[in-house]
Amino acid sequence: MKQQQFEAANAPLWHEYRLLLEYLDGGAKARRNPAQVNLQGFPALYSTICGHYALARTRAYSPGLIADLHDLARRGYRHLYRRRPRVLSAALGFMAADFPRVLRRHALAFWMGMALLFLPMLAMGVAAYLDEEIIYSLMDGLQVGNLEELYDPANRKPGRSRERQADTDFAMFGFYIMNNVGIGFRSFASGLIFGVGSAVILVFNGLNIGAAAGHLTRLDYGGTFWTFVSGHGPYELTAIAISGAAGLLLGKALLAPGRRSRLAALRENARDAIVLVGGAAIMLLLAAVVEAFWSSGSAPAAVKYGVGLAGWVLVALYLALAGRGRHDGA
Amino acid sequence: MQPSIDTIRFNETPEGIDLGLRVAGPVPRALALVLDIVIRMALYLILTPLIVLADFGLGLMLLAFFGLEWLYPVVFEVWRGATPGKRAMGLRVVHDDGTPIGLPASMIRNLLRVVDFLPLLYGVGLVAVLLDRDFRRLGDLAAGTLVLRVDGGHQPRGAVVAAPVAPPLGLGLEAQQAILSFAERSQRLSEARRIELAEVLTQASGDRGELAVARVRGWASWLARGRMQESR
Repeated sequence: MKQQQFEAANAPLWHEYRLLLEYLDGGAKARRNPAQVNLQGFPALYSTICGHYALARTRAYSPGLIADLHDLARRGYRHLYRRRPRVLSAALGFMAADFPRVLRRHALAFWMGMALLFLPMLAMGVAAYLDEEIIYSLMDGLQVGNLEELYDPANRKPGRSRERQADTDFAMFGFYIMNNVGIGFRSFASGLIFGVGSAVILVFNGLNIGAAAGHLTRLDYGGTFWTFVSGHGPYELTAIAISGAAGLLLGKALLAPGRRSRLAALRENARDAIVLVGGAAIMLLLAAVVEAFWSSGSAPAAVKYGVGLAGWVLVALYLALAGRGRHDGA
Repeated sequence: MQPSIDTIRFNETPEGIDLGLRVAGPVPRALALVLDIVIRMALYLILTPLIVLADFGLGLMLLAFFGLEWLYPVVFEVWRGATPGKRAMGLRVVHDDGTPIGLPASMIRNLLRVVDFLPLLYGVGLVAVLLDRDFRRLGDLAAGTLVLRVDGGHQPRGAVVAAPVAPPLGLGLEAQQAILSFAERSQRLSEARRIELAEVLTQASGDRGELAVARVRGWASWLARGRMQESR
């Protein structure tokens, strides 16, 4: 068949397909006026166009026609293979099942992240409790002064510096989100530096938190410090460890890819890691809510410790059990 | 159709055809980045007065800053396929099979910006882009994404309307394509260039000048429409 006959025979089809594409490309504006287009026919029409493109190439029709058909096929491909997740149900399913499942699949990375955060924290905590000087190896005098001021029992709102005393809970909420979720994201991303970045951030945060805890307990500020951190600690610390574990997964793909190329391993691990980061971010969101609206409140110490303990149990049960048993492949 | 030195990356679709993806290089991407930074700075400036709403406003402002810092590219890429800066530069982000980008891939490539930014002003990212055949930075490599140039409607092709003339026997496919391509593009070429190209194609018969042009157009007409002049 000569090109001209081919074009003449198929022109009506191409025209109909173009109308469909304009409708699909147009977005909301095009969609408002009642459609003259037959959307049901789009997939069949698209595969016909693909056939025409292949034919035009093998029959050596003119480059211009081939380019036109290529353009038509390319514009349709975008629409036929679009991924359109249902946002709300997907988010619920994600937290209910996907996130804890993926985390359990990478239990080793998770425990490494926990160890990198908590072991330095414990060691530094004990050291700072026993030795007055050791905290100055991490912070300078000004920082230590600020820290002491934060948890001075004379404060109306523990955990907030003197100039932040007047800030409302909501302002602090914004601050915690920006700061903590940012740390979570960074400790994931820096895992791309062969895992070293994540490990450094985890250890560094562990040392700092440990030093602060040990130092303040030594000063007898423990009452304000521990009641303040007990509420949000379970979510925040676990989430930071999980973000770091996600970064360690990236590092592992580069250092020990196994029987895959490094690039393939990185892609595969990144897909799981981003699930962990997303889950950790939502946990940090929860932690920020607790930290802003509960931790600095005036509930009695026993209640606060109880809430903190319940938090640890809840986190452990959630991460260990959620999403088990159902295999709907969500 | 198979350029060897080009940035087009071919991707086979489930329909068994090769779709060409035009990958965008570092310069338009850097410009898009600058545009995005300007837009974000403007938004920061607009949001800063929230602070006069006292504490609630301060909280809102901090939340907005967080969104601008981390979520701005993700939201726009998943929603519109590109950030405003990329859109202005005619770029679009897709999965490496050419499908529109989804949330996980967009999160990966944008969070890993932190590493691409190191040690200064996207140093790592630039090196990765220059080393990779498809101009991918580390975030793109991990997420499996590409940044493409969106071609606005390409040049309309001229109709082949000359009276058919039988081409020489034994023309290869490549020669036929060259002849057809010439006929479609000849109206857009300058006269001198048109004649020069036509003379290359008609070397064997030795036509010169406009005669050569007419002959090549005749051949193209024969190839596209056949010997018989059908009634139009």
